[in-house]
Amino acid sequence: MIARFRGEHGSGIEALTYLGQNYLVVDRSLIPEILHVLRDREQFDYCVDITAVHYPKREKQFDVVWVLYSFSRNERIRVKTLIADGESLPSAVPLWATANWLEREVFDMFGIKFDGHPDMKRILLPDGWKGHPLRKDYGILQQDNEWVQINLGIESGQ
Amino acid sequence: MHGFLQYIQSYLDSDKTPGGAGNIFWATVYILLVFAGLSVAVIAMNWLERKILAHMQVRLGPMRVGPHGLLQPIADAIKLLLKEDIIPAEADALVFWIAPFIVVLAAFTVFVVVPFGPTHAITDMNIGILFMLGVSSLSVLGIVTAGWASNSHYPLIGALRSSAQMVSYEVAMGLAVVSVILMTSLGPEGGTLSMIGIVQAQQAQGEWFIFKFFPLGLVGFFIFAIAMVAETNRAPFDLPEAESELTAGFHTEYSGFRWSLFFLAEYSAMIAVSSIAVTLWLGGWLRPFPNALTGPTWDLVFSLFPGITFLLLAVMCFYNTARMPKHPLFRVQTMGLAGFGVVLALIGLILFIPAVRVRVTDIYWFAAKVGAFMYLYIWYRGTFPRYRFDQLMKVGWKVLLPTGLVLLILTALVGMRTELWAELQGVWRP
Amino acid sequence: MTDPNTLSPLDLETPDKTFLDANELVINMGPQHPATHGVLRVILRLDGEKVMGLECVIGYLHRGVEKIAENRTYTMFNPYVDRMDYVAAVSNGLGYCEAVEKLLNVEAPPRAQYIRVILTELNRIASHQLWLGTHALDIGAITPLFYTFRDREEILKIFEKYCGARLTTHAFRIGGLQYEAYEGFEKDVKNFVNFVKPKIDEYEELLTTNRIWLERTKGVGKISGKDCIALGVTGPVLRASGVKWDLRKAQPYANYKNFEFEIPTGENGDTYDRYIVRMIEMRQSLRIIEQAVEGIPEGPIMAKVPKVMKPPVGEIYHSIEAPKGELGYFIVSDGSTQPYRIRVRPPSFVNLQALDLMCRGQLVADVIAVIGTLDIVLGEVDR
Repeated sequence: MIARFRGEHGSGIEALTYLGQNYLVVDRSLIPEILHVLRDREQFDYCVDITAVHYPKREKQFDVVWVLYSFSRNERIRVKTLIADGESLPSAVPLWATANWLEREVFDMFGIKFDGHPDMKRILLPDGWKGHPLRKDYGILQQDNEWVQINLGIESGQ
Repeated sequence: MHGFLQYIQSYLDSDKTPGGAGNIFWATVYILLVFAGLSVAVIAMNWLERKILAHMQVRLGPMRVGPHGLLQPIADAIKLLLKEDIIPAEADALVFWIAPFIVVLAAFTVFVVVPFGPTHAITDMNIGILFMLGVSSLSVLGIVTAGWASNSHYPLIGALRSSAQMVSYEVAMGLAVVSVILMTSLGPEGGTLSMIGIVQAQQAQGEWFIFKFFPLGLVGFFIFAIAMVAETNRAPFDLPEAESELTAGFHTEYSGFRWSLFFLAEYSAMIAVSSIAVTLWLGGWLRPFPNALTGPTWDLVFSLFPGITFLLLAVMCFYNTARMPKHPLFRVQTMGLAGFGVVLALIGLILFIPAVRVRVTDIYWFAAKVGAFMYLYIWYRGTFPRYRFDQLMKVGWKVLLPTGLVLLILTALVGMRTELWAELQGVWRP
Repeated sequence: MTDPNTLSPLDLETPDKTFLDANELVINMGPQHPATHGVLRVILRLDGEKVMGLECVIGYLHRGVEKIAENRTYTMFNPYVDRMDYVAAVSNGLGYCEAVEKLLNVEAPPRAQYIRVILTELNRIASHQLWLGTHALDIGAITPLFYTFRDREEILKIFEKYCGARLTTHAFRIGGLQYEAYEGFEKDVKNFVNFVKPKIDEYEELLTTNRIWLERTKGVGKISGKDCIALGVTGPVLRASGVKWDLRKAQPYANYKNFEFEIPTGENGDTYDRYIVRMIEMRQSLRIIEQAVEGIPEGPIMAKVPKVMKPPVGEIYHSIEAPKGELGYFIVSDGSTQPYRIRVRPPSFVNLQALDLMCRGQLVADVIAVIGTLDIVLGEVDR
């Protein structure tokens, strides 16, 4: 499978294994195609999870990770890509309907936008909240005090 | 003064209901008695429902207020009366205010014609059953106004559900009732709509209408028994107040005293429809086997039942008193339970006095039959899930209504069978 | 990539035609509603009593578990996972401990594995019992709730005896167990198995052939296996739709491969099938427990784990079959004592997405039934 990918896409793709788990590191530009191929040709029909990791010191700050599973092959694979702050990704909702809320959560927590998502808004935090809490520069005690004061009528949430 | 006493005395010698005798004084006394009796019944029902339901559900139910929670209903009543009476800002205050009274009025007015004995009814109308059905369906009005006046989604949906449900089940209910009225017309005295007349017809024909034309009477009874549960919005037809869907249905916005009026109305409506069922199918106040086991000995035996029941209850109290934990903290409760037992025993003993015994027997049998229905209500609630609205309508219109119609026609045919037979013979052999 | 032919089979937009139409009633269900099991807010668009579409508003219980994890050491974070799906805390703990063990490259000793399986399966039964009680309560049958709580109590007693807590147990440690099974643990478990078997029959007696129950659940909230996979729905809901998939069999973790059990599946994917599947699952769990309790080996209960845990740099995704579906942990280690990032893949969160699809065209009363049958726990949805 990997060899075939290599042949088709050249150097933008890297296949690795850690502790028996396979993952692909894919260039941002190849993401739409790779996801598509993974679903249709390689039968990864179940999108387990979409998440991100923030590395503030890197130039491309975010790792975005898709965890996929194939029922027919009983196999998991992770697809990882690196993007910079402010960059957006194509939405996987047309491929896997489950991506809807998962992408909303990534947006909510990291501020990564997904293009073509039907309803890109916050999911766990209230709509008017400022900041994306799972970024490393967001302190653990930090809150949107302005929001708290306006909406809850209290001085501070702490 | 003498004239007034005579006026009071004159009724006691007559064998009519106070209404029938035109005696205002006794009518008032009866009204007060029925009102008090009903209130006590609702309170008792409240406690019994909690206790019985609790024991069905492997728990104890109220245990804290009084021995075995006996004072719980009173505590609840006090709480409800003292609670703030909230009228939502957006509600139509006047209608919101009136609605519970309509419901309570409708629920209590029907008891005007309920016969607790041959003379123990406030009055005996010749259209008794019609009056009862008519007035009891007035409560829909109260429920709809309550739901509408609350100006909120859940009460509105609850009220709409409730009205649709009550209207559709009334049809089936009416058909079942009509089949009973057909049955009364077979007796020597002819058909009647009077509640007392219906019971007397059962006596005259020698059987309860539930057994008449087996299984026709039974089917009619079942139709009524299902419809009456729907009519009173109780489980499994408690959609108007389905708490998991509509919070509390049409009385979501009500609190305190006004809410307790709905509660009172619900329980008295349950008693009212049960009394209709008892009157129409189960021989009303008639004791078991009124025609087979006759004679003064049997009369005596059956008239001992009320006293025996109360004595048994008293024995139960004493038994549980003995089982109370022997701890100083439980002393008051133990004494209270014993005291309650003594009261019950005293009532039981009073019921053995011949003069009381004779007057109370009828009421006892009536109440016992109604009590059985109340138990059924609780039992349903403990066992059945709730119907969905479309399913409820389906049961009403597609099952009960056709069955009721067929039942009515069959009852008429079977009732007329001798005449029909003669007619047919006339056709074949002119 | 947005080729219309490859679009998901689901219509994700609610039809706009009737929006703000005079026939339409928008009802807000929750966040404080008796049947939303916590603080779920559902905005329903109704045509009469028919559901045209709905939207879930979640996040009322959001506590930032993933953020907390980044500021705790691996060991310190362990009790926090119990607070997500608080009715199946043991499963959460198992998933987390196994994920970190994988990252550390250690394995819990066999004795610990057996006790883990027993406790996890007991927890699965407890979770299903709680589900059954509340689900039946939503549909209007109040009695099963008390029956199931009575029997769930016995499980909680075993937990309490084992680790001192009933709900948020923190039963497992990274590398094995902290506590040896108490004196009489095996006997208690065996007694429980014998105690609960007839009780499950009792629940079934109340419900399985109850006419009203059948009418309320058959054909309600149908979802096909295909839609389930597209929406990522896992657990009993997926199995009731006919997909025979259980992580305990598909990718065995702990020592599930040592036990014999069957994966129940349904055919129609309706609420009734999900009910049946969960009932069978309870019995299968009992079967696993019976085998496990017979075979507990002697030996240590803790693997050799460094006092200060510093997993090597790397990422791991590990998932287990929680009572509600696939519960996954994605852990990124940067070689320090604290996880760089922990992502929890919560089954309830993903399953809840299917609510809209399952409820469309049904009645309000069915929404309640479907929320119940999805078996969501808001603590896990919101984390």
